[in-house]
Amino acid sequence: MPGPTPVPTPETAPYWEGAAAGELRIQQCTSCTEYYFYPRPFCPRCGSGAVEWRVTSGRATLISYVINHRTFPPSDAPLVIALVQLDEGPHMMTNVVGVEPLPENLPLDLPLRVTFEQRGEYAIPVFTPAEAAR
Amino acid sequence: MSTTSMHGGGIAIVGASETTEIGSLPGISTLDLHAQAARNALADAGLTVQDVDGIATAGPFAHEVSHHLGITPRWLDGTMVGGCSFMLHVRHAAAAIAAGAADVVLVTHGESGRSRVGVGGRGPNPASPQGQFEAVYGANTPYSTFTVPALRFLHERGLEREALAQVVVAQRAWAIDNPRASRRTPTTVEAVLDQPPIAWPFSKDMCCVVTDGGGALVLMSSERAADLPSADRAVYLLGSGESAEAPMVSQMADPGSFRAFRLASAEALATAGITHADVDHLMAYDAFAHLPLYMLEDLGFVGRGESRDFIAEGNTGKGGVLPMNTNGGGLSYTHTGMYGMFAIQEAVRQLRGEAVVQVPGIRTSFVQGVGMFFAAAGSLVLGNRRP
Repeated sequence: MPGPTPVPTPETAPYWEGAAAGELRIQQCTSCTEYYFYPRPFCPRCGSGAVEWRVTSGRATLISYVINHRTFPPSDAPLVIALVQLDEGPHMMTNVVGVEPLPENLPLDLPLRVTFEQRGEYAIPVFTPAEAAR
Repeated sequence: MSTTSMHGGGIAIVGASETTEIGSLPGISTLDLHAQAARNALADAGLTVQDVDGIATAGPFAHEVSHHLGITPRWLDGTMVGGCSFMLHVRHAAAAIAAGAADVVLVTHGESGRSRVGVGGRGPNPASPQGQFEAVYGANTPYSTFTVPALRFLHERGLEREALAQVVVAQRAWAIDNPRASRRTPTTVEAVLDQPPIAWPFSKDMCCVVTDGGGALVLMSSERAADLPSADRAVYLLGSGESAEAPMVSQMADPGSFRAFRLASAEALATAGITHADVDHLMAYDAFAHLPLYMLEDLGFVGRGESRDFIAEGNTGKGGVLPMNTNGGGLSYTHTGMYGMFAIQEAVRQLRGEAVVQVPGIRTSFVQGVGMFFAAAGSLVLGNRRP
């Protein structure tokens, strides 16, 4: 599959450990209750250092995307590179998998569920249409 | 001591030039594209490297360029926010000159974007947030990353991908008569839509050209500029602004509007003391076809959802109320990887009356830059008369 593997830092390691355990984990500020992504040891909204890791619902909606026909490194398979919004609020980049990569299959606001793609020693969180994941 | 203001015409661009050629230049390295552009711009101003005491650049370090040229700087700026770095350099140089920290500032750009001569590696640090949370998804090229929010922009406004093709057609019309432009063949909305997708909804002509080239600017106080042989060609900085949001496309607060466009442009208009109606030429950095749509709306030249019709009805073309990207833009003229320098160059040419496709009667040009995808923005208001 496309793309390199991540190089975790001490601040992001719990995210990747969660993915390896089949969980999409993000942080929540216990001062202002904001969920946020990507991982940082403080809340980007209020600045509090009182933050905790949470396991998300794994549900998201499709905000925007491209269907990349010129992948790097090269591949014959078009790749859906998507911006999604987690039900908890934050946005993240991902791939939409498990569906033929055609515009008619990918209406904006489509409900999605997280799934994980094994790549080397890492599990990469990707998303699939919610109905297909049941 | 200086009593000059950085805005309002106290600072002038007295030299401006691109590299002698742009396009495919496999015989020149990135560093020497900087040097050639710098020497051309100094010659344009009637100055030499001995006159320069300030250097600003992005790509190579500022001290690499100054040493390469033989400049002894007392002021350096290496601000690197991608393709709009040069808008910020102009703004910072103006502040430095007004403060007395530099007298003559050289701003340089060069990039072997196509031939990749003397260029470092590609891609983000895999341990950076971009590396861990975007590149792993194949969002590792401009056309597969910068483009991702565009469908949301279109969807929120009831627009189709046809709006992107309208941008391409409008800008191609400017490039047809410009021999330096890379893409000069007339095209139609249907032809652009029918091309194979690169990253759907973007087809090839909705993505910028990839070229080699460079450009440079020379700035000094307007008071000193009045003594130059080129005084009647001076272009004045009337206002400017800059801002930044997230280094990752996925983390912009609103995928359908860019905060840094709104903030930087508002500050540029406010510091210039002008309104949209005073602007008679717009350079809107177009690495991809969605950007002029965002800019027209985020800068406030049109209302929300009106950008497609504004372009399709000819308002940005020849004879239109707001001629835009009159060199053909990044989509048709040139794009080395950091296009901002070329947007400024075209604004200067139009204000001097020296453009290849000259629009008559231009007094005030607004130049809007964007950098590192939807990360940073820089805005300049330039004029050919001191207020």
